[in-house]
Amino acid sequence: MTTEGGVQYSKIAEIKGPLVIVDDVENAAFDELVEIQTTDGERRLGKVLEVGNGKAIVQVFEGTTGLSISGTNAKFVGKVMEMPVSKEVLGRVFDGLGRPKDGLPDPIADQFIDINGEPMNPEQREYPKDFIQTGVSVIDGMITLVRGQKLPIFSGSGMSHNLLAAQIARQASVVGTQDDFAVVFAAIGVQYSEAEYFRRSLEESGALKRSVLFLNTADDPAIERIITPRVALTVAEYLAFELGMHVLVILTDMTNYAEALREISAAREEVPGRKGYPGYLYTDLSTIYERAGKLNGRKGSVTQVPILSMPSDDITHPIPDLTGYITEGQVVLGRDLFRQGVYPPINILMSLSRLMKDGIGEGSTRADHGEISNQVYDAYSRAQEVRALAGIVGKAGLTEIDLKYMDVGDVFEKEFLTQATDENRTIEETLGVLWKIVSKLPKNEITKIKDKFIEQYYQEE
Amino acid sequence: MAAQGRIVWVSGPAVRADGMSDAKMYETVTVGNSKLVGEVIRLTGDVAFIQVYESTSGLKPGEPVIGTGNPLSVLLGPGIIGQLYDGIQRPLRELSKASGSFIGRGITTTPVDMTKKYHFVPTVSNGDEVSAGNVIGTVQETDLIEHSIMVPPDHPGGKISNIVAEGDYDLETELALSEKDGQTIPLKMYHRWPVRKPRPYKNRYDPTVPLLTGQRVIDTFFPIAKGGTGSIPGAFGTGKTVTLHQIAKWADSQVVVYIGCGERGNEMTEVLVEFPHLKDPRSGKPLMDRTVLVANTSNMPVAAREASIYTGVTIAEYYRDMGKDVVLVADSTSRWAEALREMSGRLEEMPAEEGYPSYLASRLAEFYERAGRVRAAGSPDRDGSVTLVGAVSPSGGDFTEPVTTHTMRFIKTFWALDAKLAYSRHYPSINWMNSYSGYLADIAKWWGENINEDWLSLRSEAYGVLQREDTLKEIVRLLGPEALPDEEKLILEVARMVKIGLLQQNSFDDVDTYCSPEKQYKLLKLLVDFYKKGQQALKEGASLSDIREMSVVTLLLKARMDVKDDEMPKLDKLENDMQEQFKSITGVKVSN
Repeated sequence: MTTEGGVQYSKIAEIKGPLVIVDDVENAAFDELVEIQTTDGERRLGKVLEVGNGKAIVQVFEGTTGLSISGTNAKFVGKVMEMPVSKEVLGRVFDGLGRPKDGLPDPIADQFIDINGEPMNPEQREYPKDFIQTGVSVIDGMITLVRGQKLPIFSGSGMSHNLLAAQIARQASVVGTQDDFAVVFAAIGVQYSEAEYFRRSLEESGALKRSVLFLNTADDPAIERIITPRVALTVAEYLAFELGMHVLVILTDMTNYAEALREISAAREEVPGRKGYPGYLYTDLSTIYERAGKLNGRKGSVTQVPILSMPSDDITHPIPDLTGYITEGQVVLGRDLFRQGVYPPINILMSLSRLMKDGIGEGSTRADHGEISNQVYDAYSRAQEVRALAGIVGKAGLTEIDLKYMDVGDVFEKEFLTQATDENRTIEETLGVLWKIVSKLPKNEITKIKDKFIEQYYQEE
Repeated sequence: MAAQGRIVWVSGPAVRADGMSDAKMYETVTVGNSKLVGEVIRLTGDVAFIQVYESTSGLKPGEPVIGTGNPLSVLLGPGIIGQLYDGIQRPLRELSKASGSFIGRGITTTPVDMTKKYHFVPTVSNGDEVSAGNVIGTVQETDLIEHSIMVPPDHPGGKISNIVAEGDYDLETELALSEKDGQTIPLKMYHRWPVRKPRPYKNRYDPTVPLLTGQRVIDTFFPIAKGGTGSIPGAFGTGKTVTLHQIAKWADSQVVVYIGCGERGNEMTEVLVEFPHLKDPRSGKPLMDRTVLVANTSNMPVAAREASIYTGVTIAEYYRDMGKDVVLVADSTSRWAEALREMSGRLEEMPAEEGYPSYLASRLAEFYERAGRVRAAGSPDRDGSVTLVGAVSPSGGDFTEPVTTHTMRFIKTFWALDAKLAYSRHYPSINWMNSYSGYLADIAKWWGENINEDWLSLRSEAYGVLQREDTLKEIVRLLGPEALPDEEKLILEVARMVKIGLLQQNSFDDVDTYCSPEKQYKLLKLLVDFYKKGQQALKEGASLSDIREMSVVTLLLKARMDVKDDEMPKLDKLENDMQEQFKSITGVKVSN
């Protein structure tokens, strides 16, 4: 150990993947922030993963490329990693570790907050039930998003998840009181063009000054991705629970995050779970997703829309699988619909919003919303069965009622699902189309809707 | 002498400390300057391996570790009902007073309010001999729960003296003294019990009484008995949590323990918000008056998640010992198994399948063996039960993964949730072909005595239709439905009606959310009658479309929502209408 100007530096003993093993360590704490200094004066950040018996295992966020054993020193900072926050972060662009990337100086900090956050006390949570009108019919009508929910988009490579997420961010910010809404966008290992698309989209809609962007693009260090969602959520929590704003957080792409986690786990030689991902992937993901919510007695909310691309469109892959177990539903994009050119290509049967039941109905959307949406689910699922049958026996082999269900499927996809990227539909319009779909069926097929609603809304031919 | 050591190594929830030669296995210890709670899980020389129940961020080697001398225990006494605990029985409401909206560390509180006074009515007198488990008096804990104050199970027993008169006392009051062999031990309203040790009982019975949940697919098709074990495996989005909530809401037990083990925070909030407003269908009192919640959400420390299961089941056994029927719902045992896996990995144990420790199966077996219907220890005679229902979250929805396969070895009722059913919004998405109940024969007697003798045969007939449909579906998939004769098309039609009118149940509909056993029986009977009459009508020349177009079909499908439990005459009328309509399509009298 050497001392320079009162600061103690420790020697590096080993460098292995994204990890450095520091020798000769005294007084280092688990999770502590570490500054790594190279011979040419470059400084990198890391954190302690394991400490004991005079050694510390440190994960270096910017990667270990270019580090050498002889010329590198480590300094234990004496605190965990913190993010400086204040109202000034709005409108700013940061890198994946929360450092300014827009050429402007550091925002003047109001507080420094531990980026890991603390678990919300379930007793102090307020159950989310405020409807968010996204203007996207299929979401508002059938996979309703509410304030404080975490609702991921499960996509596949090349599909239109970014268009959809940007449309939600733009349109959700329009309704209600404008000034208490904010967008926090975290790009996690995505291409520069995708991040830029988001920035431009927010700029054009005028939402940029109420947004905070964290950008770790594909060419940025992979290990930094462990930190990016955490700094973004720290800022989101501050805006929501200290400043009372309704914050929409978009995290894209969580698959890259999980891969960074796997890289560290492999370097630590841990026993892997499925597909080489660490056994604690579920717990780790939950420390990100569970940071959505509302709290008793506080005005704001954190709503998360994480995006993840399913490797080979496989929903049973550990990343979408474990995500789905934590989040409150999922919006699944379908390759078939995407190929047919449908936008948004949402596979409604695999999608779900768990909090929908409390965010809709009398007083928020309309009393018939739950039942009409159930009936359309049921009808569209029947339509899919009939289509499969038609593939075998031909249209001629179908009964009259089967043909009506074919109709339902077509109207659903052409008039309800399909929507322009700048088309912002009201909930009334959305429910209107749902009734149009159900009205393709004779009344005795409608088993999930109360008679009084059928009388009121059923559209006779 | 309590162990006093120093931390030598920290990695996540795992800590090693030396100087711990006085520590015992599974002893609780306080870790570090901020006094985090931990438990010793391995001893090597004077080094103890400790799992810490709170976040270890900022913990340093060199900080002290102090033994408490006691294993991880829960406090058992009045005041537990209505609480929301974390995995080691710290009340989350009290934690929020100390640390606000987020969960802080190193906070010590008592699990119940020790100063609250309860009205104690003694049931023993001075001079009475008591033994372990004896009831010495009662207090009214909530409107629904009469709480028996019992001599602790590890108590030597003795002669009662100094018993207090009926009146209001707090938990620390010495209610009586017991004397044996010159030793005097005070008895209070509470005692502590180690969570990893099952509470003793006198003897154990076979489970023969159904636990009625008001869910038709469970009660009618795949029932569970009081004191039995059941498991709900399902991929995400298949409605596991909703089904578990339904059981917790409507099961005919006196106490419900709901464990949120590594699950979503908002789900616990939902229970907290909803249960005080829901009324128990039998007593009309708020459901919260019989419910205890144990919440260790996914982002809370992983070691406390492992403990939460034991905390919950020990509380359940305590109320069982008062002679109550208790249902324990654990969501999800997979997250508990993952906590085991994580600690096992940190201990560098040799992993078995998918990284899980080799003792996964034996831990699951130990847990499910704590279910049962028993005669409690001590007098007076009390019979109580603990029913265990565990959710399983198989990765990728694959039922061949280790937690599901091992669980299946130790449970008797299996409700297999099916993603395909969920995608078509068939809820509860319990797949009738893959599910089973080992209690059917045991509880048929109860249905026979209390509802109707032909229950089991009706159930078999309805189930037979579903099985026939399953084979016919294959043919339909290949050739289309027109390839079938009318008798088989009728089976498809009746199977559809059984699915929509009986198996499906809308938990968000005020009427449909709970279905009384009488209504379940009547709906079952109507559908089976419909099938029989339909067969006969076909024989007598009616066409299938005549049957399909009868107006009673839609009414039968909607009866589950349209007819309230106290409107059974409406179903009798439906039965009459059905007879009339069958008569009119055949033009001849259809015999019964």
